Amino acid sequence: MRDLPDPIRVAVAPLVRESVASRYSHLVTRPTGRAVRLAIESMLAEAGEPTISLVDLTEVTILDYSCADEVVARLLRRYMEDDRPREAFFVLNGVQERHRDPIEAVLERQALAAVSYRQDGAAEVLGVLDEEEIAVWKLIEREGVVRADHADDIFGTGSLRTASERLVERRLAFADRGGSVHALSRLVGQREG
Amino acid sequence: MNVLALPTSLDHRTIDPLLDEAIIPEGERVLFDARHLRWADPNGMVALLCAGRAVASRSGRVARLQLPENADTAGYMARMGFFRAAETVFEFDQRPPRRASGDTSVLLEIMSITTNADVHEVVERVQTSAGTILSRTLGYPPSAVVPFSVVLSEVCQNILEHAEAPGWVAAQVYNWQKRLGRHVLVLAVADMGCGFKASLTPEHSARFGDRWSDATALEAAFIHGVTRFPDSHRGQGIQQIRKQVRRWNGALSIRSGSARIADVPEWDDQPPLVQGLAPFPGSQISILLPACAPEGSADA
Repeated sequence: MRDLPDPIRVAVAPLVRESVASRYSHLVTRPTGRAVRLAIESMLAEAGEPTISLVDLTEVTILDYSCADEVVARLLRRYMEDDRPREAFFVLNGVQERHRDPIEAVLERQALAAVSYRQDGAAEVLGVLDEEEIAVWKLIEREGVVRADHADDIFGTGSLRTASERLVERRLAFADRGGSVHALSRLVGQREG
Repeated sequence: MNVLALPTSLDHRTIDPLLDEAIIPEGERVLFDARHLRWADPNGMVALLCAGRAVASRSGRVARLQLPENADTAGYMARMGFFRAAETVFEFDQRPPRRASGDTSVLLEIMSITTNADVHEVVERVQTSAGTILSRTLGYPPSAVVPFSVVLSEVCQNILEHAEAPGWVAAQVYNWQKRLGRHVLVLAVADMGCGFKASLTPEHSARFGDRWSDATALEAAFIHGVTRFPDSHRGQGIQQIRKQVRRWNGALSIRSGSARIADVPEWDDQPPLVQGLAPFPGSQISILLPACAPEGSADA
């Protein structure tokens, strides 16, 4: 297994067309969402381990709640479970205003969160986090990497430290074998192309 | 021959008696007399299809339909795609008017929903027509076409996922000048499937005991978001539809079996819950979206 995750890019709109033989790029209906999620899982199975996937919604016009549940929430949840098929992390890209309601709704319902690139290029986190998790996530994001030997200086040994551990458990940050904590946005590679 | 006389106006306020009357004794032939029909909106036309299908199912024979005598009414129903959809449901007493091709004034003509691909097709069709209608006629922001498409997708999926039977969808915008002083978008979705009660019975009826009925099943799904799936993360569709319709100050009602439940905005007068209707199969969903109130009005 590699130390840092292998970045891959998943363009969702072409997957919709390929997975359900649709002429359209609308991410609607649960069977469509399920087919796209399975296609993403197939791509993961062929990538290195661990993997970090940039799930790109840029060309998706319509995203309904059923598809958001399948392609975002179920995908995240599957790779957080104890019996997950492999080590995988996810970052959303191209999330536009029109996608936010369905994504936020399914994440909130399942108490999940996801790292996402905004259109202005800044990373943000969507879904459910407590105040300390948000603060620590922003800290990690700003630093890019919090090295293990600096963790006490930055997080202390109290609640912020445990919040950083929760972020790693929730797959919103990545801890390498040496214990350094990485912002997912720094691991995902180039967003374009 | 059992004759069901249609009212002069067939819309969300008059469809329940029609559906109730369509529960006829088994084996009887039925004639739907639409000669005096002057007006039918998507709720009315889709309900008429359901009524015809219900009669055929109980009698084993296709029902007859006497077409409206008013040429404008029949012509409008043709433009909405009613007669094309009704070809497999009714025998017509005369050749129905043909639908003019290239009519772009219809938001969404009647479409049959039987597969996942049909939902994709519905969503795609409204991309061109809905944007203009929602923004210019209803005064919604141009971006409203996206949440409208999501609502359409979710209500159509309700047919496929829960009813396990085909259904129909249609939408159009009307000027309710007398009733509301505004334009209103009318969206109707209906199926002839198992209905909410039968869909939820295996998972939820035990908790309700003797109180389990069409009304309690509708309340469970509509208010509490329960579904037939044991997965507690399912069941967001209706809740999210309600949320979006409320944002637009719209009315949402669902009839299933002998009950109808509704979210009623202040401008509407339908009751929030009706019980004691005839046990009509499937589910019939009505969504009414009013235009934004003019600036300076009490509702703005």
